[in-house]
Amino acid sequence: MSEWLTVIGIEVHTQLLTRSKMFCSCDNNYAGDEPNTHVCPVCLGAPGMLPTVNAQALEYGIMAALALDCSVPEFSWFERKNYPYPDLVKGFQLTQYAYPIGAHGKVDLETDHGPRRIGVRRVHLEEDTAKNTHVTVAGESYSLVDCNRAGVPLMEIVTEPDARSSEEAVAYLKKLRDVLVFLGIASGKMEEGAMRLEANISVRTPAEAAAGVLRKRCEVKNLNSFENVRAALEYERERQIAAYEAGEEIQQATLGWDSAAGRTVYQRSKEEAQDYRYFPEPDLPPLRFTAADVDAVRAKLPELRPAIIARYEALGLDRYRAELLSQTRALATYFETALAGGGKVERVANLLLGDLLAQVNERQINLEETTALPAAGELGRLAQQWEAGEVTGPQVKQLLPRLFETGETVDAAKAALGIRVVGGADELLPIIEAVLAANAAAVAKVKAGEQKVMGFLVGQVMKATKGQGAPGEVNRLLAEVLARD
Amino acid sequence: MSEMYELTIEQAAIALRVGAISSVELTQAVLDRLAATEPAVAAFIEPTPEVALAGAAAADARLRAGDAPLLCGIPGALKDLIATRGIQTTAGSQMLKGYRPIYDAHVTQRLIDAGYVLVGKTNLDEFAMGSSTETSSYQTTRNPFCPDCVPGGSSGGSAACVAAGSAFFSLGTDTGGSIRQPASLCGVVGMKPTYGRVSRWGVIAMASSLDQVGPFARTVKDCAAVLECLAGRDERDATSSSRAVPSYREACGRDIAGLKLGVPREYFIDGMEPAVEQSIRAAVAQLEGLGATAVEISLPHTSYALPTYYIIMPCEVSANLARFDGIRYGVPQPGETMWEAYAKTRGAGFGAEVKRRIMLGTYALSAGYHDAYYVRAQKVRTLIKQDFDQAFEQVDAIVCPASPTTAFPFGAKMDDPIQMYLSDVFTLAASLAGLPGLVVPCGFDAASKPIGLQLIAPHWREETLFQVAHAFEQSTSWSQPQNRHRLRVGQGGAQ
Repeated sequence: MSEWLTVIGIEVHTQLLTRSKMFCSCDNNYAGDEPNTHVCPVCLGAPGMLPTVNAQALEYGIMAALALDCSVPEFSWFERKNYPYPDLVKGFQLTQYAYPIGAHGKVDLETDHGPRRIGVRRVHLEEDTAKNTHVTVAGESYSLVDCNRAGVPLMEIVTEPDARSSEEAVAYLKKLRDVLVFLGIASGKMEEGAMRLEANISVRTPAEAAAGVLRKRCEVKNLNSFENVRAALEYERERQIAAYEAGEEIQQATLGWDSAAGRTVYQRSKEEAQDYRYFPEPDLPPLRFTAADVDAVRAKLPELRPAIIARYEALGLDRYRAELLSQTRALATYFETALAGGGKVERVANLLLGDLLAQVNERQINLEETTALPAAGELGRLAQQWEAGEVTGPQVKQLLPRLFETGETVDAAKAALGIRVVGGADELLPIIEAVLAANAAAVAKVKAGEQKVMGFLVGQVMKATKGQGAPGEVNRLLAEVLARD
Repeated sequence: MSEMYELTIEQAAIALRVGAISSVELTQAVLDRLAATEPAVAAFIEPTPEVALAGAAAADARLRAGDAPLLCGIPGALKDLIATRGIQTTAGSQMLKGYRPIYDAHVTQRLIDAGYVLVGKTNLDEFAMGSSTETSSYQTTRNPFCPDCVPGGSSGGSAACVAAGSAFFSLGTDTGGSIRQPASLCGVVGMKPTYGRVSRWGVIAMASSLDQVGPFARTVKDCAAVLECLAGRDERDATSSSRAVPSYREACGRDIAGLKLGVPREYFIDGMEPAVEQSIRAAVAQLEGLGATAVEISLPHTSYALPTYYIIMPCEVSANLARFDGIRYGVPQPGETMWEAYAKTRGAGFGAEVKRRIMLGTYALSAGYHDAYYVRAQKVRTLIKQDFDQAFEQVDAIVCPASPTTAFPFGAKMDDPIQMYLSDVFTLAASLAGLPGLVVPCGFDAASKPIGLQLIAPHWREETLFQVAHAFEQSTSWSQPQNRHRLRVGQGGAQ
């Protein structure tokens, strides 16, 4: 069998976290609210209503364009994309067709096969549609239209057909999602439909690749997770290869993904593709972006995840921990605030990634925000005390749940739990001597040179101090006593 | 002594302020006149006498309190394309029968804030598509000067009610001539402001890049008073201008000596009625007599205005009317599929002219034709604008006919869309260029049907229009108040 190469292009739609909708002043934060409560005559498409452009959405569009290394045009406008459907209240959707807010960008990936670059063809703004729900009541079927989503700002990001495998496609998507979320312009929540994924795929032979020839592609829509993207692309690659090897042709088509059945489903062919009859929206004057406008947005761009990871690596953390600590901007900020409160990088990072995240998982806390965590300064203080031997590892485990629950300071929690460190010869020596007396066999082994039994004795001493023995002191004094005897 | 309904806005405003009359009395007089003329004229799809009298009572209270705006207590009418909260707004279409908006158009709100009195919603061509008001799906409006003839359109009801005396003023909309042509045919003053001068928010769109709201009145100064109330920035209309609004009434009375007026040679064509040409030529001579200089100019792309307009306008129409699918507006017609239900609903809800324009626009925007029609038409539109830009380097305003004919009989052009479209041949170019235009009565033909003079000014120079039109009006005897005896309706009520 011949070798087949894969060509993948990716389209992402993301809602933007603006205060109001794209072309009216309705509150954009509608998730979970009653249907048709975030609506006005403008987003309902009432006769005589006119759109006005959301300046915040434009700014978010420019932010995304810059973060994806796109050029921002000096001139743009919205166009009417005409098609009738009950979820489209005006009968047309406003979208940036000929003049997207960003073009010719790129995303660089690190892959197992080395660095890869995915070209970003365009970034454009548009408005979301209403949401149709189909229900049956008393045997009659109804379609219900919820216009809360109608007119929500939507950004579409389209790549060049540059991805060469499903892994690359997913790596691109993860990186893109990070960019959007770290810019603070999108939630990245695929399960809520706030971020929607589509991918088109074709296969070709190495000879065709060398000649720059592309075969017919199929577009897979309705992919609502990275795993679905991977599975759908894998399935579709195998389906196309099998077809070609059986001497069949692939027709350019739009497909859906049936994740339960694990296969793509035919939706429509290219011949059935609609003619959208685009033309510039006459109700909106053209948009003009000066270099100063773009620079003003550039100056506001926050630090993105790759830069944060690099900074953490420079602090001496390995890549794995740097990535974990920057999984959300909120967590990264939390980590840095804790660091500022004292404590060494290693200690704070390990405390955060170990004991703290264990609590986070147990309590099912969402790390998009850190309000449910202990104050970051207190975490830093805890790390500092641990470092200084003022608390012990077991005590840290004891303290953390309380810090989550009460929100009090480390010192207050220690006082409340009666936590202190048993240290100094006065307190520890009697305990050590009692432990040695009770474990004569172990003592004999240590003296015979079996150093690993030393750990057992340390454990027994710690147990006797109810976990409050200062570990350094315990080790030092135990060694002293054994050497003395 | 004139009847109360015959006063000018300024006269009525003074009478209201000195306490000679109340707004309730004034409004009642207009409602009586409306009752007397409406059986013959049928200008209103829905008169609103109760709203009017309630508004008048409120206006009287405000007048007594002092400091009321000029239009306070003055009865006016709105084209039924302009949204009125809680009051049926039909666009002349069955598609919107019974539709009561939950919002007032920006212009409606401006008039409400000024304390006007709404006497009713006026008839129009369906969705403002027509030049005779005959495509209305509700009724046939008659020309008060000639009941066998059309009032023009699409703002025919708004022109006819002001001519007949059943409103002191009215608002119309002008996309390709829909204020200026009916003003010409009904012998009243009508003006289309510069595109962007008046907010379109709440005005049901026909062609968004062309639509503009403007006033009808019986005198130039009344017209100026109404535009002053309407003009200015509205944040909800991104195409509305934030330029300061000058006092248009102050422009009325300014000397026109030294002004340079252009007479475009392309506006005197074969097929225009001789009486119209004679009246326009006489008007030009009259203006010269007042000290203005008239020079012949050329607007070389004039003949392309009509085909250009009939590409751009239907393209925008095809999108603007897509929302009328039977789900929220109109009477839904059942179908086997959603698409069949859409088609049947739109087939039943829209009239022939609306369907013609939707199909023209859909075709012109389709893949393979888009560049040949829509893109080409936009380029020609630019050339037409440049014609005017060059002309206005030489002249302060352009003087020309508003319509090639006087009012024509019912049915004369309904079977021939091209003939109907040619009715707007003198108004389309200024619309495409976004320029302000004003029509002032300038004569009558042998059958006593009115003739209008069109004045066109550079962008934002509405003042020039009022200045020239007022000077003309004051030095001639063609205005509606001086020609009431020619009205052929409501004689029982007239003294």
